[in-house]
Amino acid sequence: MSDDAGRPDAPHLAVDGLVVRFPIMGGVLRRTVGWVSAVEDVSFAIPRGRTLGLVGESGSGKTTIGRAIVRVNRPQSGTIRLGGEDLLALSGEELRRRRRSFQMVFQDPQSSLDPRQTVGQILAEPLRTHGLPASGERNARIAELLGMVGLDPRFTSRYPHEFSGGQRQRIGIARALAVEPELIVCDEPISALDVSIQAQVLNLLEELQERLGLTYLVIAHDLAVVRHLAHDVAVMYLGRLVEIADAEDLYAAPAHPYTIALLSAVPVPDAAAERRRRRIILTGDIPSPADPPSGCRFHTRCWLRDRLGGPERCRTEIPVLAPPDPARPGHRAACHFPAEARAAIDPATLVPVARETPGA
Amino acid sequence: MAAETLAPAEAERAEQIVAGEHEGLVRMAVRRFTRHRLAMLGLVTLVTIIAIAALAPVLLPMDPITPDYENLGMPPSAAHLLGGDLSGRDVLARVIYGTRVSLIAGLGSVVVFVSIGTAVGLIAGSLGGVADQVLMRITDIFLSIPPLLLIIVFISIVGAGLGSVIAVIGLVYWPQTARLVRGQLLGLREAEFVTASRVIGVREREIVVRHMIPNIFGPLTVVATFGVASAILLEAALSFLGLGVKPPTPSLGEMIASARTPSVLQEQPWVWLPAGIVIALIVMSVNFVGDGLRDALDPKASRRG
Repeated sequence: MSDDAGRPDAPHLAVDGLVVRFPIMGGVLRRTVGWVSAVEDVSFAIPRGRTLGLVGESGSGKTTIGRAIVRVNRPQSGTIRLGGEDLLALSGEELRRRRRSFQMVFQDPQSSLDPRQTVGQILAEPLRTHGLPASGERNARIAELLGMVGLDPRFTSRYPHEFSGGQRQRIGIARALAVEPELIVCDEPISALDVSIQAQVLNLLEELQERLGLTYLVIAHDLAVVRHLAHDVAVMYLGRLVEIADAEDLYAAPAHPYTIALLSAVPVPDAAAERRRRRIILTGDIPSPADPPSGCRFHTRCWLRDRLGGPERCRTEIPVLAPPDPARPGHRAACHFPAEARAAIDPATLVPVARETPGA
Repeated sequence: MAAETLAPAEAERAEQIVAGEHEGLVRMAVRRFTRHRLAMLGLVTLVTIIAIAALAPVLLPMDPITPDYENLGMPPSAAHLLGGDLSGRDVLARVIYGTRVSLIAGLGSVVVFVSIGTAVGLIAGSLGGVADQVLMRITDIFLSIPPLLLIIVFISIVGAGLGSVIAVIGLVYWPQTARLVRGQLLGLREAEFVTASRVIGVREREIVVRHMIPNIFGPLTVVATFGVASAILLEAALSFLGLGVKPPTPSLGEMIASARTPSVLQEQPWVWLPAGIVIALIVMSVNFVGDGLRDALDPKASRRG
């Protein structure tokens, strides 16, 4: 999966300083009374043909980033470059035509397919929109697309309700592939599916990437899903990136207390280690992005801060995303105390070494 | 490769789908509808009533207009199965012709208000912005005028008659349809499959035509059906008040109006009761059919089973 061979030079997708805020309307006059800070100063890059897993709990802003990249949301500031071209500078007809190169696979295949269209109509839409193959060959292309996602080409006259969840997601993937995109944003592609078919869809995505050289941004809410698919992993909390690293690095040596907490929720295959493991239960709910905590946004729920006796710095100073280990500049974490975080955990189980229950 | 990644269960399901268990949206709706007992009962009753109203003038030639002074207020007899009314006209003939008038008024006004409402709702919902604001405020104004006042003013200007009844009922009911259509469009704008089309780069206009309009047909059909029932009731009420069709044209509401005389109400039920029963039957059947349609036309309700 994540080998170091052939790391391409320039990033394919580069997101820089992305800020997305939604206005809160209030009063009779519907004036803006505040802002929900959904995404705050997020930067990352994905090399061509590779996968970045973007992980965070609901409300962390991960979906908002995905939607900003496919130009459904309008970011307040920042840049999004695909193959060097600034996507945010596009508009109107030019944007419409460029949409071919970045597509999206949606979380819920039930609601993202028009219930009144047949599979053939659903797949014909992107082809028609972008004038793809000369109309005579369109049916052949639709059959080919269905074959690519492992569906029977005879399905074209069927409606979405006639399919299982996994099959519907395959239709959604085929629709994204129809325009031959370079980048696909997969927004929780398997969260709405039965556990038994999740792996099949992940395998399909992986296989398609190898075959077509696609670049993926895979959005997920747990690290287990992303581990399977991603070369690099970025962890988000409340609109900010808290840690980003090569997948192996992140799973082997997490440096942010939030990442450590997420990892503690992923079961490990070693039974003995699993028995010794204790989960970190984060207390309380994710704070409101309309009124985010000062300093480090995670400080209100941080188990490490409790252990360290509640240092002031967490409350007052926004931590920058920096490599805790200078030897591995690709691994960056936004914590004031990454060394303490690593020292506090057992390297075998990645769980804080025995002391009183953290955060309780 | 990809095809082999299908699990056995999914492969089996694929076979089923291909093997002809396939069902179009129309057939699925028909299957769901026919399983709805009350709706089927309503449909059968309604079809019977419509058939009688349509065919009776041909099959049993009766005159609902010319008075027969032998039959003045007479109880049911062999010559006049439902007796005669206060002007000596055959009640059965008047009920049948009155039903025709009611059905024409009901269906006609639905056509009028669904057309106006859909047009206004579509323009407001798909254009948004200023057009939306202006159209919806006009809608609000219509909704805030008491219907009876609107009707009386309208009828006193254009005069009574079947055409005016249809027009005025259409005028009273279109705002609800406009709101429904606009609301549906606003909901659909946020639907994931519409977002998916935007991501593909489909033009807004095409999204409205290909995705939004087809998806409001279901709710619109249901509203139109229930609208038929309300319109028939309103027509009866207007005729009852003398604002409906012009006499001597028979109307169910006008027949019931004769029960305003206490002696008729107490002693000559054959004059007004048949009309009342027919109205109740029509309205109930239409409502049952509407219920059935509501369940049958929602493709998300339950997939097969």
